[in-house]
Amino acid sequence: MTTTSLTQSRGAGRAGDKVFSGAALAAGCLILAVLFGVALFLVVQAIPALVASPDKIQGGEGFFAYIWPIVIGTVIAAVIALVIATPVAIGVALFISHFAPRGLASGLGYVIDLLAAIPSVVYGAWGAAFLAREISPAYDWLANNMGWLPIFQGPASATGKTILTAGIVLAVMVLPIITSLSREIFLQTPKLHEEAALALGATRWEMIKMAVLPFGRPGIVSAVMLGLGRALGETMAVALVLSSGALTASLIQSGNQTIAAEIALNFPEASGLKVSTLIAAGLVLFVITLGVNMIARWIISRHKEFSGAN
Amino acid sequence: MSKRIDVKDLNVYYGKFLAVEDVNINIEAKSVTAFIGPSGCGKSTFLRTLNRMHEVIPGARVEGEVLLDGDNLYGPGVDPVTVRSQIGMVFQRPNPFPTMSIRDNVLAGVKLNNQKISKGEADALVERSLQGANLWNEVKDRLAKPGSGLSGGQQQRLCIARAIAVEPQVILMDEPCSALDPISTLAIEDLINDLKDQYTVVIVTHNMQQAARVSDRTAFFNIAGTGKPGKLIEVGDTHTIFSNPTQKATEDYVSGRFG
Repeated sequence: MTTTSLTQSRGAGRAGDKVFSGAALAAGCLILAVLFGVALFLVVQAIPALVASPDKIQGGEGFFAYIWPIVIGTVIAAVIALVIATPVAIGVALFISHFAPRGLASGLGYVIDLLAAIPSVVYGAWGAAFLAREISPAYDWLANNMGWLPIFQGPASATGKTILTAGIVLAVMVLPIITSLSREIFLQTPKLHEEAALALGATRWEMIKMAVLPFGRPGIVSAVMLGLGRALGETMAVALVLSSGALTASLIQSGNQTIAAEIALNFPEASGLKVSTLIAAGLVLFVITLGVNMIARWIISRHKEFSGAN
Repeated sequence: MSKRIDVKDLNVYYGKFLAVEDVNINIEAKSVTAFIGPSGCGKSTFLRTLNRMHEVIPGARVEGEVLLDGDNLYGPGVDPVTVRSQIGMVFQRPNPFPTMSIRDNVLAGVKLNNQKISKGEADALVERSLQGANLWNEVKDRLAKPGSGLSGGQQQRLCIARAIAVEPQVILMDEPCSALDPISTLAIEDLINDLKDQYTVVIVTHNMQQAARVSDRTAFFNIAGTGKPGKLIEVGDTHTIFSNPTQKATEDYVSGRFG
């Protein structure tokens, strides 16, 4: 056996360490650089629209008057999508992780993942050609029976191409994201905590309320925020489904518009200041998404002490 | 308010594999019964069948009867949820709910089934349960803090407090000290001694000194070899099992001549 002095070290192992840490650092920096580059591009290109005199912007009342209706439209569509998708997704995820027999669970998980692989233009075509037509009788019913609520004020759109239809299509699109992430989180619930609940005399649902959902809470928030990110930025499906127009309170009339669809529909034939206006709209969407993610982080960190991470 | 358990001709299966064969044992009320034996002999599996917690494991099933003061736990129409609220369990590793405060952990079982209790009653119950688990003085100033912030031994006593808060008839303990240091172990053993005034306690342990220290009666389980079912070899007064067992295998095990 040869003696090894403390100052000697295995050269190759150290080199591997250096390469790995260098690669990790480069990857981290690259992401920041790309993000910064995009933000810089958006700001520089948007400045002409932000400083232009109001009458030159589309609509003739300045950039703010142009952007705020479509910001509201974007948020409405995304909120509809999440309100529909979140409970369904969590229910499906719980069914797969804790209720379904094993064979059914893996089959169902596979189908859900497949939903995520369908291109958004297909969802758009389905929404525009099928869903809108089939759902318009329901809108008539809503207008007749719930019309006293501003959001269901009639007359309902005859084509069904409304912001509510767009929201439903978006819900179907974000469903697989929220479902697969929640399912992974639920499957990771420590057996110890599940058994602790059961041993106290909890039913399966009580066990889920006591052990699974609290453990999965930060994960669910992240999953919903990822879904929200997709819903906010989704372009093609909304552009195809929504018969856009001015901001309206009623969800079952045609009207409203989202930022992403507005950019997609107008960009091909835009020039000059119009391009700047659309890029400024993109900047607003960027800021909204960033804000949403920061709020999500804050929500998750608020309960750090009780997260079980310690 | 403690009950006795009588087990008759119990077989435990995992799927087709017979894990524990033909156990007959009487567990006296208000006493501590220890299960000892080598790893894999089925003593933890058997313990779980005493409150139907084995049903959590896919494919696990039993044949035979477990009578709680004469009522069969496996009788038709018996709800495992009810069984478990009568027969509490403490696990190998402390498992307080990490998202709950110390107070909420103690009340976790009581709040099940939508039972409503007033704040005053809840406060009294928390204090009584934590007193009962010898933990009150250590945590009374931080009841709103998370249970996961306590030391391992304190967490385990919190789990015991949580188990006794629902006022069960029997408390099952599955190697409750195996993840704890000697001082925390001593605290738990003292606590077991106090608990038997009110509860029937069944404890699985790898530590024979512990069995000798805490239990009134001891049951020795053994396994003939890998793939063979575990069996109850002998049960009797702890003193007899350790000093004058009737079976050769028991004597070999308790005297350390056996793996």
